[in-house]
Order: sequence, then structure tokens, then C-alpha cells
Amino acid sequence: MDGTPNQAAGEHKLPAEHYLNATYGIRSWLLTTDHKRIALLYLASVTFFFFVGGIFATLIRIHLLTPSGLLVTPETYNKLFTMHGVAMIFFFLIPSIPAVLGNFLIPIMIGAKDLAFPKINLLSWYIYIIGGCFVLYSFCTGGLDTGWTFYTPLSSIYSNSAVTPAVIGIFINGFSSILTGLNFLVTVHTMRAPGMTWFRLPLFVWSHYATSLIMILGTPVIAITLLLAGLERMFHFGFFNPAYGGDPILFQHLFWFYSHPAVYIMILPAMGVVSEIIPTFVRKPIFGYSFIAASSIGIAVIGFIVWAHHMFVTGEATYAAIAFSFLSYLVAIPSAVKVFNWTSTLYKGSVSWETPMLYALGFIGLFTIGGLTGLFLACLGLDIHLHDTYFVIAHFHYIMVGGAVMGYVGGLHFWWPKITGRLYPEYLARAAAIILFVGFNLTFFPQFILGGLGMPRRYHNYPPEFQVLNVMSTAGASILALGYLLPMVYLTWSMRYGKIAGPNPWPSTGLEWKTASPPLTENFHETPVVDWEPYDFVHRPDLGLSGAKAPGKLAPAHGDD
Amino acid sequence: MHRTGELYGQYKTLDQQKETATFGMWIFLVTEILFFGGLFLTYTINRHEFPTAFGIAGNMLDLNLGFGNTIVLIASSFTMAMSVWSAQTSRKKAIPVWLIATLALGSVFLGIKVVEYKQKFDHHLVPGYHFDVTYCSNNPSACGLSGKELEDERKEVREYIEAEKEYAKQLGLSDPSAGIAAVNAHAQLYFSLYFGMTGLHALHMIVGAGLLLWLIVQSLKGRFDANYNTPVENIGLYWHFVDIVWIFLFPLLYLINRHLA
Repeated sequence: MDGTPNQAAGEHKLPAEHYLNATYGIRSWLLTTDHKRIALLYLASVTFFFFVGGIFATLIRIHLLTPSGLLVTPETYNKLFTMHGVAMIFFFLIPSIPAVLGNFLIPIMIGAKDLAFPKINLLSWYIYIIGGCFVLYSFCTGGLDTGWTFYTPLSSIYSNSAVTPAVIGIFINGFSSILTGLNFLVTVHTMRAPGMTWFRLPLFVWSHYATSLIMILGTPVIAITLLLAGLERMFHFGFFNPAYGGDPILFQHLFWFYSHPAVYIMILPAMGVVSEIIPTFVRKPIFGYSFIAASSIGIAVIGFIVWAHHMFVTGEATYAAIAFSFLSYLVAIPSAVKVFNWTSTLYKGSVSWETPMLYALGFIGLFTIGGLTGLFLACLGLDIHLHDTYFVIAHFHYIMVGGAVMGYVGGLHFWWPKITGRLYPEYLARAAAIILFVGFNLTFFPQFILGGLGMPRRYHNYPPEFQVLNVMSTAGASILALGYLLPMVYLTWSMRYGKIAGPNPWPSTGLEWKTASPPLTENFHETPVVDWEPYDFVHRPDLGLSGAKAPGKLAPAHGDD
Repeated sequence: MHRTGELYGQYKTLDQQKETATFGMWIFLVTEILFFGGLFLTYTINRHEFPTAFGIAGNMLDLNLGFGNTIVLIASSFTMAMSVWSAQTSRKKAIPVWLIATLALGSVFLGIKVVEYKQKFDHHLVPGYHFDVTYCSNNPSACGLSGKELEDERKEVREYIEAEKEYAKQLGLSDPSAGIAAVNAHAQLYFSLYFGMTGLHALHMIVGAGLLLWLIVQSLKGRFDANYNTPVENIGLYWHFVDIVWIFLFPLLYLINRHLA
């Protein structure tokens, strides 16, 4: 925050016209085709679903305070963890970074006026809302108790909860994801500004490119799978029903063919965010640009051939299991490439500790723990012990909450000045980041131990000797809740009262920082021409870096690969 | 609206605009392939699991109707290609003619599909409470079966029931209805997939018919020529894709294990 001439107080003014004040009224929002406004529509709606899912999580943690369960009946408990998963995965994690930050930033980062298909972009938001309404209807009329995985025949025959509307909702919502991915792919291919070559793309764009590949190749499969499960529930078709000779394991294969790559839909964009934040606050080009870009694609590709590691205990063929175990280990390589490159970027960098950087560093640590524990689960023998225990829950949440959500909140802070034109209160934000980190670890680290000791997931009660660890986890969850409420409050506050940010408050090197904050509706007054390498702080006098950060003291761009 | 080929705000040139739209369409078709892919996989695995039941059930489809529909659909692909060509070469009068021909052939296909579905209802081959794979061999007049065809079907069904009975005995099940129950269940699986796959395909045809209708109206207004024909080309791509799906469905559902009477 300090030491940069851009930061002198009171120097900046909001631009006279920008995308927020270009037009007014509810119609100008609901019928907008501006990618930035659609991003804000998504921001509001994913935040809503985050709190819906968060309420369920809170109830789960309160219930598990005592060994016999404190709050709800076993049936309600089943519904709580199911609805927590459905709301968080399908309606928060999958759209969060791509549909909010990706939507807002990708066109600006590549120097375009908008996405390739602005109307389809708006359509995808409406599809999301319609799908969300179906799911909320299911939540309100009997709830959902199948687990977010919808395994048959529980979901297709035995469950007495409102499965049909939920399946329809998720089916519909899938098309929102497909259209977003399609839009991003086409945009990156055809809408780049002059000089914005593929290897000048910000890594955020690369990671979204990989994410979009998964979205368009994976999501149709979950759509047809849920359609078949829904048909089976509604019309008693027998695809997955052993009574008719159908195969319930086939459902699991089809489900995980999407749902494993889907975790990369959730984590890859967060990796993109981290790849943007780190060079900015190290004042150094990112180490191994092309390796990070390629590893995004690598994760997307390998991610498609590991799905059956979710099914080691279903009795699948031993040789198939060995192959899937090996391939699952393989995913660790591109993931580790990223982690090593981020840490190498820190080396001899001029590190500063602004809020987004705290989130990025938190991400690296938590993602590493989540990733390494993933290797435990990819190990055939060990997985038999750890399968369906809290170890899996802890692993998953280290990746999803410690990784994806940290990345999302960090990215929100990083680009908040661009989105709103104003800065949030820095010290409060740093405090919130630390509270989040502490709360997160206190919540989920005990669950690793619980899982190792054999506490199964999805049970409404547990043996008394597990109580201490469960109480720790619940205590952590309440700290975590505070950590999420704080940014909600001060980010909202800063929209009106925050200090004016100026176009490039950090400063950072991307194209998005060369336009006004907030940007005008067309993003740029004239189409920019890119003649610099990515993350180059040396040949960029326009960044205004001086003193210890002057050229000569800065590492060269692309010095390493 | 994007109808006269004017340049949209976010694009720099008309070429870029056209490239973008076409590229988007191709990606959409990729997602469609994966969408149908899940169904084809389900079908293949079940066919592998129950080859006899699927063979018997597949023989109960009307080959003439299926083959006729294949011809109709291939013809519609030709007329669609002709309308794209007419647009690209600015034959403005010919475009709607070819489009109307395409729509007509598409409607014929859907009409034949209705006849076929009706027949399956009459033959008790729709999955559900009244499903009965032996209905036709027990009521040959209702199904128009006779001669060698009838004998073949009776023999096949009887042998299969015996085989399933034997299998049930080996498992230690003494229920006398075990054989017929298994045969009905597996045949029902085939017809679930038949209705699922052809139904989803028909749904795509209906969407395609709606798109064609819009194209016809636009082409009658003379919107398309050599300079601007992106919608004709892209809807053409979609139409061909739906045709290709049928080209796969027809042999999978109708032709495998087919013995001609």
C-alpha cells in the first residue's frame, strides 16, 4: 500500500462515466449485456447461495457438538449435509470465480470490449437463477437427503425427499456453466487485442481457458446422467436399477466423470487468481510462466482420466483401480509445478503483505496440505481405510475452502478497486484474512485426525471419545463464520465510503489496470495494443515504481523460461 | 437485432464476427456430442450385459419405418446443404425453397416417429406397468405378425425365458415366474434406452424445426446472401449434427442382431 506514487491520498478521482453510472434503473441491470454488470449479478447470487450453504454448514457443526447429536433428527441431518453440498458446489464454488471474476476480467485482460457472446452471457445468468429456484424449491418442500452425489438407487427409488426438483435444477444450472465455458473459449480465441499473443495472456486467462475446457467437456455428461436418474425416478426407467438389470455403478462412473473434473473447475480459477496476485506483491515476473500455463491445461486433461479413484471400494476391477490410482498420482505433478513456481517467484522478490497477498500465501499452504492428503486417498490400500471418513471431508475442504474460496476472496480483494473504484479498509481486511486462516485450520485440521481415527462421514452421531476434536472443529467454524462476515460488511461499506483507488493502486502489470477504475462500459477508450511481456515490471515506466523498486533492481521478464 | 449482418459493438470486423459465431457453434456441438455420449455409453454397457434380451427387443422395432426415416433424414441433410450453398452464392430465391424442403422432411421424420411410438404403445412395449415383451407372440394378430416371423419371435422369447429360468434355478430361486420377470426387465431396459435416445433425438429435431422456421421467415425477407449467411450456416451445422446422431442410432437400435424375416 505504501511507497508507490499512485497511492498518495486524495490524488485520484472516480472517472466521470463508468459502467456503474452509464445507465440507471432495474431494467439496465436485468437486461444488461455488459460483462461487468453480469459479473456483479453473479456476485450477488453466488453470495446468496454461499450463505444458504453456510447456514447448513453452521447447523451441521452445532449438531455435532455432542456425541449423540445436539440439534436435529437423523433424517434432518441427512438433509443438512446434502443441501450444504448442493448449494455450495453447484451454486457457489463452480460459478464463483469464473462467473464473477472471470466474467468481469477476461475481456478487459485481453483488451476486448466484451465477451464474444454478451447475450449468451446474460442468458447463462438467467439459467443459473432458474436452476437455483428449482433447487431452493426442493430445499423448501421436503429438502434433499441423497447426498450431493445423488447415488442411485437411493436417489431414484428410495429417497422420500424432493429429489426431482433438485435434479431438474442442477440439470438446468449445468447449461449456465456450459455457456460460460463456451463464451470464454471463443472469447480467448477470437477477441484478443493486437499484440496480445497466447504467451502474453495473463495466467488468470490461461487457467480460465483450462476451466472452460472442463466445463464444455464435462458438464454435458453430468446433465445426461442426472436426466437419466431423473427419468428413472419419474418414470421408473431402469438404467441404474438392479431390479431391471441396470447398473448403479454405471451411475457412479458417469457422475464422477464430471464431478471429479468439476473439482478442477473449482480450483483452477483460484490458481489463476494466485498467479496474478503473487507477482504483483513480489514486484517480479512470475517464475516459469509457460510451465504454469501448460500445467493448467495438464490438470484439465489428466483430470478427466482419474474419476474412478472415487470408487475404489465399489469392487471395480483391480487393474482398473491400479491404473486410476497411478493417474491420480499423476495429477499431483502439474499441481506441484504451480506450487513450486509460485514459491520460486517469492524468492528474492520484494514481498509486501497486502490483503490479497495474505490470501495467496494462505492458498499456497492450504492447497499444499489439501493436495498432499489427496495423494493419501489416491493410494489404493490406504483409501480402503480412509474412504468415507472425515479424512476425505478435511482433504476436500482444504482444497475447496482453503484453496478455491481463499482464492475467490483474495481475488475479490485484489480486483475490488477495479470493480468498484474504491479501496477497502486495509488493516481490517488483513485482520479478516488472518481470522479466516486461523478459523479454517481449526475447523478442518481436527477432521484429518478424526478421519484417521475412523470417524465416518455423513453420520449424525459419533463415539464420545471423538468429542474434543469435534468441539474444536465447531469452535473453528464459528471463527470462520466471523472471517466471512467481516469482508461482507467492509466490502459493502467500501462501495460507498472507501478511499478512491485510482486505475492501478497496487500497481500491477495486467491490461485491466491500464483502464479506469471502475472501467467504462466499453472497457477502453480505444483498443489497446500490447507491446510488453506479461508480469514485466522493468519496461513499464507507466507503473511509477521508484526507489528500491526501480528498474535494474527488478528481475527481467521471462528471465527464467 | 443481429439480422442484417451489421457489425456488433464488441467486434472489430465482420470476419471476426462470423468466425466467432461459427467457432461458438462448433464448441456447442462438442458439448452435444458429450451429452449424447453419456447415453451411448449407457446403451453400450447394457447391450454388452444383456445381448440376448437386446437382440430380441431390437427385432421388435419396425425396420421399414426406421430405414424410411434414415432416408428422409439424409435427404433433409442434402436440402439443408443446398440452402447453405444457395446462401453462400447469393441465390436468394432458392434459399427459402430449400429450407422449406428441409423443414418438410424433418416433419415427415417426426411424423413417422409418432407412428412408431404409437405402435410401441399398442404392442405393450412402453416401459411401465403394462410392459410385456411376450405380448406380440401371444397376440400375433394385434401386432400383424405371422408366418416365419412369428415363429422366430416365439422361439426366441421361449428359449430366452427357459435360459433365465435355468439361471434362476442355479441361483436357488424356485419362483416359477423368475424367467419371464427377468426377460421382461431386460427388454424393458432396452426400450427405456430406445425411448430415451430417440426421444432426446426427436427433441433436438423439434428445436431444429423451430430454428428452420425462423430461418425461413428471415430468408423470405431476403436477409441472407454471400456477405451475410452465418445463421444459415450455423443452423445447418446443427441440423447435420442431429442427422449424424440418427446415423449412429439407427444401426445401434435397429440393426444389431437383426435377422430379416
